[in-house]
Amino acid sequence: MSYEPTIVAFLCNWCSYTGADLAGTSRMKYASNVRIIRVMCSGRVDPTFVLSAFKEGADGVLICGCHPGDCHYHEGNYKCLRRYHLLQKYFQQMGLDKDRLRLEWISASEGRQFAELVDSYTETVKNLGPCKMKQVIETLT
Amino acid sequence: MAKEEKPKIKMAVYWGAACGGCCVSVLDVHEKLFDVVAAADLVFWPIALDIKYKDVEAMPDGDIDLTLYNGAVRNSENERLAKLLRQKSKILVAYGSCAHMGGIPGLANFSTREELFERIYDTTESTENPDNIRPQPEYKVPEGVLELPEFYNDVRTLNQVVDVDYYLPGCPPQTERLVEVFMAIVTGAELPSKGSVVGALDKSQCDECPREKSDKKLVKRFYRPFEIEDDGKTCFLEQGVICLGPATRGGCGVRCIEGNAPCRGCYGPPPDVPDPGAKMMSAIATMIDENDPEAIEKVIDTIDDPAGTFYRFSLPGSILRRKIT
Repeated sequence: MSYEPTIVAFLCNWCSYTGADLAGTSRMKYASNVRIIRVMCSGRVDPTFVLSAFKEGADGVLICGCHPGDCHYHEGNYKCLRRYHLLQKYFQQMGLDKDRLRLEWISASEGRQFAELVDSYTETVKNLGPCKMKQVIETLT
Repeated sequence: MAKEEKPKIKMAVYWGAACGGCCVSVLDVHEKLFDVVAAADLVFWPIALDIKYKDVEAMPDGDIDLTLYNGAVRNSENERLAKLLRQKSKILVAYGSCAHMGGIPGLANFSTREELFERIYDTTESTENPDNIRPQPEYKVPEGVLELPEFYNDVRTLNQVVDVDYYLPGCPPQTERLVEVFMAIVTGAELPSKGSVVGALDKSQCDECPREKSDKKLVKRFYRPFEIEDDGKTCFLEQGVICLGPATRGGCGVRCIEGNAPCRGCYGPPPDVPDPGAKMMSAIATMIDENDPEAIEKVIDTIDDPAGTFYRFSLPGSILRRKIT
């Protein structure tokens, strides 16, 4: 059986989760590798959540929020964007590939874009192979 | 003497992968040392007393009332003594940043054992080692076999190796806090629940910090302390200097900040924060006064070594614990 990555996705309640819901109600098919966690805003995604996902064995983490300027809370998505860039730098120092973490903007009407994003990101993570983080943490001596 | 004396408690202090500063901080009790000696017998303390490991092994289990273990666990000797002292002690305290979260030795988790050895025994500018000699755990000589502890690939915190009763953070812990905790144990006061961080506050450094703070924490670039003239009164973060105060437990008496140096995070995270570096990254990132990805990258580039800065004292105790290799 081919390798199937585990992807944890944090979707904001107002745009991206609604967008994912639209993909579902429109009966679009997308890769089942993604495990969606709804948060009120992409600005709520604490770096701790992302690191915990990798500790628990995620191979990739996807964060989706409203498009810039569209945040329900005005600037939560900008805060997320800044954290994302800082996390990327931290990932580099920890030996994690930058593609293990992805941030994309998905609006409530972009069901198709969400489905396509999940498919393409799943393919990206599949090509990276399993993330070794969980195994490394569990076998420290 | 006719006066009946209160039985003394038995106390041990041990250093794992540590610099010795924690042991010195115990000596820093100054004249209170007489109170300590009056109330406790020091049964094991390698920095000060010539008591051998085999003497500790000969003690009955649980014989030592209080052990302060400072230093991280980085080799087989540290691990052996951690396990031995756990077995012999009623109360085992992870004393200082290294035992608590990994501390400065924990930064070695950004490298592998091989990388460290290569640097230390090969590429350092002052090293000449043409035979490429590396330390071996065992070495045969005519007189017998010489042994060295095995150097592990990873640095671990004390609680990743043995069960720990209390944590007393700091690099080193403030001696006044140690005296308070020590006196509580000696006088038989009610002790906090197991696993508590003692000798520190529940609130962050910012709560105690005397510097002036406003809501306007937005910066266009970050500075290392030497790159900017500190005005001596405004919050370091507002001046663009990275200060780990928001993600660090108070209780040290804000000594660094009173000395005009930003907080480096040695007291570890406040309660309910599993990963101080992640919390600090979260806080620092929101201060970046840019919305465009490229401009954000530029601001982040002014942070020298983010992982090492945000996890200076806590890498082995953080969520990811070490670099993947």
